Amino acid sequence: MAELITTYDTDVILADQGYDDHFHEHHHGDKYQTGFIHHYIFSMDHKIIARQFLITGIFWAIIGAAMSVIFRLQLGFPEESMAWIKPLLGKWIVLDEAGIGTLAPEFYYALVTMHGTILVFFVLTAGLSGTFSNLLIPLQIGARDMASPFLNMLSYWFFFTAGVIMFYSLFLSTGPFSGGWTAYPPLSALPQASTGSGTGMTLWLVSLTLFVVSVLLGGINYITTVLNLRTQGMTMWRMPLTIWAFFVTAILGLLSFPVLASGFFMLIMDRSLGTSFFLSDIFIEGAALDRVGGTPILYQHLFWFLGHPEVYIIILPAMGIASEVLSVHARKPIFGYKAMVLSILAIGFLSFIVWAHHMFMSGVNPFISNFFVIFTLIIAVPSAVKVFNWITTLWGGNIRLNSAMLFAIGFVSMFISGGLTGIFLGNSAIDIQLHDTYFVVAHFHIVMGIAAFFGMFAGIYHWYPKMFGRFMSETMGKIHFWGTLIGAYAIFWPMHYIGMAGVPRRYYSFDGFDAFRHFGDLNKFITIAAAIVFMLQLLFVLNFFYSIWKGKKMTNRNPWEATTLEWSTPIEGIHGNWPGKIPSVHRWAYDYNKDEREYVPQYIPMVEGEEAGDH
Amino acid sequence: MTTVSISQKNYRSKIHPQKFALWTSFASIIMMFAALTSAYIVKQASGNWLEFQLPRHFVASTVCIVGSSIALHLSLRGFKKSNRSIHKVGLIIGFILGLTFVVLQYFGWQTLFSYGVDLKGNASGSFFYLITGLHALHVLGGIAALFVALYHTFTLPFVASERRVHRYELVVQYWHFVDVLWIYLLLFILFVK
Repeated sequence: MAELITTYDTDVILADQGYDDHFHEHHHGDKYQTGFIHHYIFSMDHKIIARQFLITGIFWAIIGAAMSVIFRLQLGFPEESMAWIKPLLGKWIVLDEAGIGTLAPEFYYALVTMHGTILVFFVLTAGLSGTFSNLLIPLQIGARDMASPFLNMLSYWFFFTAGVIMFYSLFLSTGPFSGGWTAYPPLSALPQASTGSGTGMTLWLVSLTLFVVSVLLGGINYITTVLNLRTQGMTMWRMPLTIWAFFVTAILGLLSFPVLASGFFMLIMDRSLGTSFFLSDIFIEGAALDRVGGTPILYQHLFWFLGHPEVYIIILPAMGIASEVLSVHARKPIFGYKAMVLSILAIGFLSFIVWAHHMFMSGVNPFISNFFVIFTLIIAVPSAVKVFNWITTLWGGNIRLNSAMLFAIGFVSMFISGGLTGIFLGNSAIDIQLHDTYFVVAHFHIVMGIAAFFGMFAGIYHWYPKMFGRFMSETMGKIHFWGTLIGAYAIFWPMHYIGMAGVPRRYYSFDGFDAFRHFGDLNKFITIAAAIVFMLQLLFVLNFFYSIWKGKKMTNRNPWEATTLEWSTPIEGIHGNWPGKIPSVHRWAYDYNKDEREYVPQYIPMVEGEEAGDH
Repeated sequence: MTTVSISQKNYRSKIHPQKFALWTSFASIIMMFAALTSAYIVKQASGNWLEFQLPRHFVASTVCIVGSSIALHLSLRGFKKSNRSIHKVGLIIGFILGLTFVVLQYFGWQTLFSYGVDLKGNASGSFFYLITGLHALHVLGGIAALFVALYHTFTLPFVASERRVHRYELVVQYWHFVDVLWIYLLLFILFVK
């Protein structure tokens, strides 16, 4: 057998075959090259903005995860003294005469609420699709930058401001908002409903409204860039699956976040201007409130019209990243590329017509529920197509088990485990027993929490050299993976059983429920697992920051021998991405082990008589 | 500006990326008002819905915003043909009619309030003020853009360069969009009963 071709002289090929857009003939100023402020802070370069999103996301992930450890301590060890975290939580730990500290119940609710808000919006939306859409869209489609670098910068700074306001709300004397991350009225509409419903809720609304602006600015940019700035030869059907995923994610965000904004405006009016969109028949301390005629169900419809597409906004980028990483490290073309694209589109479309499955038990008409049950179950079809294709991509592959690949495989595992329980929950009849229990908590944490995190980790380990020019430590990466995989199942697997027994989520304590008493030991076990998994994430953070300065240096511009365009750029990222011409594309993104060649990058012209890989 | 050069030079399709981005943003504005108008339908169907007559101001304001759209359309055509006076007069008329629209909306709200339709009262009033108010905010955004265009017309030398035509086109397209949006909202409120 002839020697496999494994190296390409990228610079020569690009100079010869590339597309000349006359980019470097224009004067761009030295704004991008010099000056700390313009280079690292108010940067308009998509690669810097991607890293800003990522590091801000990591900051929020640590806070959000630490919150979950604190409320898990309350659930696992309700009798133990929490006096030792009083220095951190201050008055929210109440000491009795004997010096035994207990977590204030109001603050427990605030922690649960903030954990959800932070993880869903700040980490898994901004931190995941913000990071990788920014990094990969221009690089993988062969563009110099986003369509509007300025709006892109604004997108990050709106997100940053939203974060500052939310962070500030954590330190209010009345605490942050505590009525659940979904912010259902009347808890969110009436300041007198709970301590967090006053200023805490006001800041929550301001913060998330700014966040919506950030998502919209980002989304407009991603869609425009994908549709308008693809390089020569990069047809839609040659785009890597990452780009397809980010593209559909951006469309979902663009169409669903404005609906949430409408709901927020109505909520703001109910709170501040005395309207009654969502309020009716409310009694406070025995006295009837004079705000009548509204319905809280209306808010739930508006919220979940965003809320359901939102879970796909979270998981689609992870799916795209996993597809790419699996294919590169299995050294095989992705199995069923067109089916993968069509299933992304199908999931995107279906995500808009299933929202009321979050509301089966909140008073929607059971006949209307049937409609939503059917479409919810249909989503299992494109999801199963994707899972099948990931597994068949691995089948017979020349697999490299590095950290990125392990996390991509872990993603598939998590997506299967969590997806299967979705079929239970999608049935409105089974939902009578399971709604608002730990079964739901286990389902969505596995399928869109852990799975999305695994996709994100796969992406970070895989594209870290592209972002920082160095590699992360593989040893630490593997400890991180195995610990997190086992730990995540240890946390969420038992929750299914607790949930099936009917234990409700969000409760501060189960002292008053004899039926749930025997779950005490299981709750202890979950809490210990959660604490260990949290520590392992700190190991990841250590690895991440250590490797920025001390990691193994990248010496070859295409270390994974991947076919996509981002690996044809110089190791030191430059403004405009390619020093000379931009690559012109001649093939799809998955030519691995093709005709005696180990891999063929997208910018390599077809040889005579060669058949396209995606026929 | 150094930053605009990227979006102007590195694209190969026929549509300018900025124009495409503007259309994309229309989709999100449409979704926002679609959410409000469908919430309106749901709330109306559940009963306890106050019906009221719209003050005449809203008819007058509709005439104004349609007129301003026509004026701006002619002004853009004048700009493309390097006809300075048509461009200038069209822009000034469009700007003034646009401002009049917002003022008339304001007086319309005042009149409606004097009829006894309160923001805090029945949901039909709350929805009316919210939807028209949110629309007026979008119009104000358009007026700000028109103001910049007006400022440029009076301060910059009159050159119908490709770049300036393109920028003016963006402003005018946005303005047509808020105009059509208003017509939809008005017809919706008049006929969905």
